[in-house]
Amino acid sequence: MRFLLVEDNGELAEAVSNRLALDGHAVDHAGSLAEAEHCLAATSYDLILLDVMLPDGDGRDFLARSRAHLETPVIVLTARARVTDRVGALDQGADDYITKPFDFSELEARVRAVLRRRGGSARNEIPLGEALFDPMSGTLRAGGESVTLRNRETRLLEVFARHPGQTFSKGQLLDRLFSFDAEVTENAIEVYVGRLRRRIGPLGLRIETVRGLGYRLETAPA
Amino acid sequence: MRDARLAGGLRLGLRLGLRLGLGLCVGLWATLAAALEVENRKVYPGTTDRTLSIVSTADLEVFEPYIQRFQQSHPELTVDYTVASSVELYRAIRDGAAFDLAISSAMDLQLKLANDGLAQSHRSDRTDALPDWARWRDLIFAFTAEPAVVVMSSRALDGAPPPATRQELITLLRDNPERFRNAIGTYDVRDSGLGYLFATQEARSTDAYWRLSEIMGRLSPELYCCSGQMVDAVISGRLSLAYNVLGSYAAQRMAQEDRRDIEIVQMQDFANLMLRTAIIPATATQTTAAGALIDMLLELGLRETPGDWPLPPLSQGTSDFGPIRLGPALMVYLDPFNRRAFLAEWENALVQDIVIEP
Amino acid sequence: MIARLSIGHRLTVLLAGVAALLSLLSWWMVSELARQAAARSQDNVLAASATTIAETIRSEQGEVRLELPYSALSMLGAISEDRVFYKVVAGERVLTGYDDLPVPTDAATGARVAFETGQYSGEAIRMASVRRTVLAGAGPVPVVVTVAQTLSGVDAVSGQLSRLAAALSLAFFLVAVGLSVFAARASLRPLNAFAQAVSRRGPSDLRPLRRDAPPELAPLRGALNRLMDRLGQSIRRSEDFIAEAAHRVRTPLATVRAQAEIALRSAESEESRQRLRRIIRAVDESSRSAGQLLDHATVAYRAEDLARDRIDLGELVAQAAAALEPTATMKDIAFHIATSQARVVGDAVLLESALGNVLDNAVKYSPDETTVHIAVSAEEGVARITVTDEGPGLGEGPIETLTERFRRGGNTEGVVGSGLGLTIAADVLAAHGGRLDLRNAAEGGGACVTLVLPAD
Repeated sequence: MRFLLVEDNGELAEAVSNRLALDGHAVDHAGSLAEAEHCLAATSYDLILLDVMLPDGDGRDFLARSRAHLETPVIVLTARARVTDRVGALDQGADDYITKPFDFSELEARVRAVLRRRGGSARNEIPLGEALFDPMSGTLRAGGESVTLRNRETRLLEVFARHPGQTFSKGQLLDRLFSFDAEVTENAIEVYVGRLRRRIGPLGLRIETVRGLGYRLETAPA
Repeated sequence: MRDARLAGGLRLGLRLGLRLGLGLCVGLWATLAAALEVENRKVYPGTTDRTLSIVSTADLEVFEPYIQRFQQSHPELTVDYTVASSVELYRAIRDGAAFDLAISSAMDLQLKLANDGLAQSHRSDRTDALPDWARWRDLIFAFTAEPAVVVMSSRALDGAPPPATRQELITLLRDNPERFRNAIGTYDVRDSGLGYLFATQEARSTDAYWRLSEIMGRLSPELYCCSGQMVDAVISGRLSLAYNVLGSYAAQRMAQEDRRDIEIVQMQDFANLMLRTAIIPATATQTTAAGALIDMLLELGLRETPGDWPLPPLSQGTSDFGPIRLGPALMVYLDPFNRRAFLAEWENALVQDIVIEP
Repeated sequence: MIARLSIGHRLTVLLAGVAALLSLLSWWMVSELARQAAARSQDNVLAASATTIAETIRSEQGEVRLELPYSALSMLGAISEDRVFYKVVAGERVLTGYDDLPVPTDAATGARVAFETGQYSGEAIRMASVRRTVLAGAGPVPVVVTVAQTLSGVDAVSGQLSRLAAALSLAFFLVAVGLSVFAARASLRPLNAFAQAVSRRGPSDLRPLRRDAPPELAPLRGALNRLMDRLGQSIRRSEDFIAEAAHRVRTPLATVRAQAEIALRSAESEESRQRLRRIIRAVDESSRSAGQLLDHATVAYRAEDLARDRIDLGELVAQAAAALEPTATMKDIAFHIATSQARVVGDAVLLESALGNVLDNAVKYSPDETTVHIAVSAEEGVARITVTDEGPGLGEGPIETLTERFRRGGNTEGVVGSGLGLTIAADVLAAHGGRLDLRNAAEGGGACVTLVLPAD
């Protein structure tokens, strides 16, 4: 997906960009509202992440101003955490908001929710062997068959799909799948891997156990 | 009714005293008449010794019904009733005689007593109900209104209608001197307090008084001390005409004698209306009882109908000329200068040939 | 003491005091004038009486003669029922009248009439003397005519007028008191109207007062407007400050967190991964605590003067669930919402915050792939939102204490939280006249949290 990140703090912008890039997203960074206008004029984006406090104005004012001609979904990044501020952002036309500092998996969840509400304006289907995987809706299609995965299953498959052939340890998968506020053991990963295997097996996809290292997605038929 | 029935022997001295001046010559009076000349006296015993002593010019038989009525409501009081002439009464109160109530027909003398501080004030619902003209300063209270009238025999009129005014009376006397010579009676104002009051008030009110006096003087009138004697003289035929008689007394006498041949005439041009008044002398001790008797007299004085009482009610006071006004002006003719001047004029007119009742 | 008396009372008392003073003054003046007028008219009559007598004085054969005219005493009798005394003295000799009657010490001369007040026969009297000279006998003889009258008539007339004046003054005073009350109220009406205009305002209405006011109130209005202006500025400044502070703190935290996550991706050893996880959790915890502290402050501020919106609880639940749905989806947690018609009157922002905290807790403590049940009901004037989860429940400890500040339940191992969530919800409900019911669900052992509110 292609994000436009409007954020004046350079370090944060870089960190967020890097982090999203790790998940295979493309991120353009605009340091001000003027730059953002510039980028929007040049390219179209799947989603805008908009900071509230910007050097040349309030992000919400920009939102209210450009909502009429801007179809791209917007998630407001706010450091203001008061109830009234959060409600205000939605009233101004944001699709959702997320409070800094944010959990990237929560951000992804919110992005998915927004895009789903918007009717999936961008379809980024990933080919997996014979099958096509849509990480937004969690559907996997092959031939006439279609499977809808649960959320954690979707995200587990997405991790493998974005990095074909790569082996992930249980610890790595744990960090991707679960937010950091819950204490989860690596057994949970084994449970989810098992489930995913059963769901995608019929479509010719396999998750192999690499002894001592972790798991890997195998797209070719065995 | 006799206002001053004096013993004949003392009358000359009294007259002298009057000529020297009333009231203001008390010292001389005291030497001339040390004791009160009592004409009559009666004690009406009550259940106790508490005595209400009254001095009055009204005769016993006139006032007795009032005393009896009073004792019905105050049976404990003994009433000591003394009759004296108005001048005697005045003198006695002035000298400090101990009476609880003084009732007199001589308004001027009563008023002077009150004015000079010899009366005590009394106030009650009854006195408040009195019309203003019937009281003065809560000191002196009127309870009868009695007019002065002319009494004459029908024989003297010889069929003519009785005169209605002094002018008509003057004409009658002038035209028929033979009928009235030695047959006219009137007060000797030198003697009688009431006579003096009537004469002065009449002289002040109508100029016909002096002309009438002169005519009468020419006809050798007889002079009397009291109304009663004059009325008796008319009844007995000795007099054809009695001038200035108390009307109530005349009417009572006529009714007693049943004499249709005697006319009682009230003059239409002016008629004196005397108020009989009561005061509580400064020396009074039974003031409460005296006040109660005054209240009773006022109650009777304010009655609407004459009834059986010997004295008429105050309602007579509303006649044409009104009563003689109770006020300090009454003292004017008591002033020695005025009295001297008035008597001189009166004698000039009337006593051309002094005739004293035998 | 006087400072605490109301302005209205003070005005009334002052005006009534002035009225009382004026009443007394007018009573005294009228009484005095009446007394003087009565005394003067008595003097005039006495003078006329004495003059009338004096005019009759003449000389006859060397003797002084006079008459007492009827009118001389009748005119005195006409004005009152006072006792009358007189005395005529020629040279040293009393001609007539009351020998012992005193005469004015200030002797009459010529046309002048001498007056004096004295005592005679036990009463106060007013005397008037007129002097005439008559040629009698050897030479001219001065004759002094004195007429005197007691004063009870004058006293009665002036007393009567004085009583009348007193009654009128009292009436004037009573009317003035009534008018004082009216005047005080009328003059305070703008002040009351002004105060009402201020007190009718909402808690956050700091616009300047534009209301017309009498000039006397203009300084107060100006001062109030300046105060509200300063207050507004101060509130805005502190709001800006808090927002700025939050921004300043949260933005670097966000950077730290993002960097930590990136580092976590490339970390090889389990030891360093564990350390990075702890960093991330510490960041989450501090930002969450800061957010809830801010929320709590907002609740405390707004609870003092609640907005009164009409709120459909069904919509409120739908919005709150939608806001939390992405987070719930991460754990494959579903919301099951059962709504029936229920309305309340209250502060939408606060109620949303309360419900959000309760739902947030439910999602946080629910195991994966479970359902959070939300039910809305209303009966007998009470509206309820019941949130039931399939988590471990509220533990063994006393349930009531869970709403105390910073207290967390016994079953919160491994879950990030400040302990303020339920406190905020309970405070919001208490401010609305409702309460937060906490219990464990009958079966399955999950927590069951009910928001109880008076229904509209």
